[in-house]
Amino acid sequence: MNAPNLPTSLVDNPRLDRWIHFNPDRTVRVASGKVEIGQGVVTALSQIAADELDVPLDRVHLLSGDTDHGPDEMYTTSSLSIQMSGSSIRLVCAEVRAKALDRAALRLNCSPDDLTVVDGQFLQNGEATGQDYWTVADEIDFSQAPTGAGKPKKADAYKIVGKDVPRFDLPAKITGAAYVHDVLPGDVLHARTLRQPNPGATLAALDEAAIKRAAKGELQIVREANFVAFVSPVESVAQAAAAAAPAHARWDNLRQLTPAHQEAAWLKGQPAEDRQIGAPPRTTPPKNLAQITVSRPYIAHASMGPSCALAELRDGRLTVQSHGQGMHPLRKNLAAALKLPIEAITAKHLHGPGCYGHNGADDAALDAALVAMRIPGRTIRLQWRREEEFGFEPVGPAMLVTLHVDLDDKGRPADWTTEIWSATHVQRPGSGSGYLLATEALPDPPPEVKPTDPTEQRGGGGTRNAVPLYDVPSHRILHHLVQRGPVRTSALRGLGALPNVYAIEMMMDELAARVGEDPVAYRLSILSEPRARRAVERIAAMSDWKARGPAGTGKGLGMAFARYKNMAAYCAVAAAVTVDEVVRVDRVWCVADAGLIVNPDGARNQLEGGIVQALSWTLKEQVRFDDHGIASLDWDGYPILRFSEVPEIEVELIDGAGNPTLGVGECSCGPSAAAVGNAVAHTLGVRIHDMPLTRDRILKALS
Amino acid sequence: MTIAFTVNGTAKAVDLPGTTSLLETLRNHLGLMGTRYGCGLEQCGACTVLVDGEPVFACTRETGTVAGRSVTTIEGLGTPDKLHPLQQAFLDEQAGQCGYCLSGIILSAKALLDQNPKPSRAQIVEALDRHLCRCGTHQRIIRAVERAAHMSERGAA
Repeated sequence: MNAPNLPTSLVDNPRLDRWIHFNPDRTVRVASGKVEIGQGVVTALSQIAADELDVPLDRVHLLSGDTDHGPDEMYTTSSLSIQMSGSSIRLVCAEVRAKALDRAALRLNCSPDDLTVVDGQFLQNGEATGQDYWTVADEIDFSQAPTGAGKPKKADAYKIVGKDVPRFDLPAKITGAAYVHDVLPGDVLHARTLRQPNPGATLAALDEAAIKRAAKGELQIVREANFVAFVSPVESVAQAAAAAAPAHARWDNLRQLTPAHQEAAWLKGQPAEDRQIGAPPRTTPPKNLAQITVSRPYIAHASMGPSCALAELRDGRLTVQSHGQGMHPLRKNLAAALKLPIEAITAKHLHGPGCYGHNGADDAALDAALVAMRIPGRTIRLQWRREEEFGFEPVGPAMLVTLHVDLDDKGRPADWTTEIWSATHVQRPGSGSGYLLATEALPDPPPEVKPTDPTEQRGGGGTRNAVPLYDVPSHRILHHLVQRGPVRTSALRGLGALPNVYAIEMMMDELAARVGEDPVAYRLSILSEPRARRAVERIAAMSDWKARGPAGTGKGLGMAFARYKNMAAYCAVAAAVTVDEVVRVDRVWCVADAGLIVNPDGARNQLEGGIVQALSWTLKEQVRFDDHGIASLDWDGYPILRFSEVPEIEVELIDGAGNPTLGVGECSCGPSAAAVGNAVAHTLGVRIHDMPLTRDRILKALS
Repeated sequence: MTIAFTVNGTAKAVDLPGTTSLLETLRNHLGLMGTRYGCGLEQCGACTVLVDGEPVFACTRETGTVAGRSVTTIEGLGTPDKLHPLQQAFLDEQAGQCGYCLSGIILSAKALLDQNPKPSRAQIVEALDRHLCRCGTHQRIIRAVERAAHMSERGAA
């Protein structure tokens, strides 16, 4: 019998032993399909398990991203790990705890209610009974499906949840080997690739002799149709071969791009799937229309380290180690690409540099596997080159957002249309909208897929956060999902939330100005949701909003608010800026209501990181194209915010105990971008609608 | 050629072409995996190590040029069981997310504190500005360096 509303993760993984296992050494293995990508999820999930089981944290070993033993929870995305995996682990632990106490009570001839749990031991009237999880585990059938019948503790009973537990993964990362990149077994062969410039491009000629000369060492060239890899026992030899290769390769069927392709404006008028969501079309002409159009260009994940993977084929079994965001999906995708039975593949997660979404990590895993299939019995370590990471990772799509807001007599929105142009935000392999990159280069490339975006129920892609949380009587979205973008696009932290929040919050300031009201007061006049109001009120207090000076002085203060996906954490941000040809963000304040927070310092860290990344996107970042593809291939070509440019940040968490946990990892990005946009407008007295807010755009706005 | 140099206080000799990058020598030949490859272009700082106390980019530094010199990597500071005060300060401040940039940053911070035990915030920012961090933990990192400076000041008192 399934309890109602069993989390999807438990429905998809209906065996307790996929989630929990009591080890003989008096530790407990708790498993998650969500993986550590620097966001602290392994620590937070351990806190949940420890509290629910009443065992100390050091007895919990959290296994994450392991296809042999752990659950399939798809990808680690959308700020859902604590909500999805955390709620599943909580239910499983509560259920197993109850089962264990039942078994112990039978042995002790008492009621389970007479027993308490301390450090995993079962006490009766405070006295040791000799029974614990490990003595009774053999009597529990862990092959059973979780029923969801376990009764998790109430929030006020938590002892470890809600505490600033230091991250488990950090000590290794600051003392030595820690990442998939750092695994170098004795039999390792290093591999690099020559990338097919675009799907459909064919390798007309490859001067292997010239590449071998340039490699200056033992080199094996693995070639399969338009996939080429260079393999050597010496890493620098493989690297030199790959660096030299593009000059010795001739490709046919290269795509042709122009400078216009790199701008969001190009999207308008492209073939698109058009949808209307929300209120029916207007039938009456607008009375008092306010309109703005904002844009955000293509942006990169720009991970600090290039993608890397290990693969080995031994006795017909392929083992892949990867820093991708989901090992079960990776395993399925590898099976499809390599035409192997899925049971013949193990995929394990190892740490990698932060990805912030769908970057090259999965693709590198297939690259490594392709080489391993050709060179069995050896560990293949395949690492992308820096220019490959920038040039071939899927990028966050450019977006163009136009708002048409018809106002009532009091200058409040009466009817609101949001029109969005964007390529797809999700081409994750296996999602039905994308493939692992190298499959396009193999002899039978997969058929072209029809692009899709996440549904609105899942938060949307281009439409993410397009619906304002303000009181708007009538709202509709016109979504133009551009069918073929100039380059591969996929998920990047927050998907369409940033441009949509930028547009909404810039519009709020515009509407307030039209009626001569203060931007915070104007927002509060059309914001009924109590938790949203509280966030806006707190940010005004934190940033001393009432002392905000006049516009046009060279210094300014702006604010913005959003609830991520309209269903995750509430977040308001204020930014103080100075503009003198370039924008300098001096200070940022942030307040978030994420319900019950498992690890407050971890949540703060995520909020801070989201702020800095959003400022970097807003002020500096744009992926640039040349004739055939991405041309911003290093950190000079793709600058990001530096130490000397990062503002002081103050984060406050609203006490959310009693409310369910809401995902927090992406909620600060949209409001941060919009707060800076509004602060710049306050500083200059002119709004800049197109991101990034570069020197050229500032000067143009001032002229 | 045989290149002899000191790594983390221990004499080492490697038989490699002098042009081999110091990064590859440390990682692939000496097994010191804490030094990270980021860009290979002296643009990100992830590969930073100390040569005679000065921060250098190991990705482009030729191993032949460190003959007779002293190289310090993150492994030369401390271990998880016995952390260097700087590493402890980074944990105290939880100054990291993915952590990929941190070994290089910690070594630049060490070079700074060795030369200037009480740096101003501006001096810390200046010393770290050659490093990139994509997770946005800059403020925590700055606080960690300030904390380490404070710790050693108290330690010396």
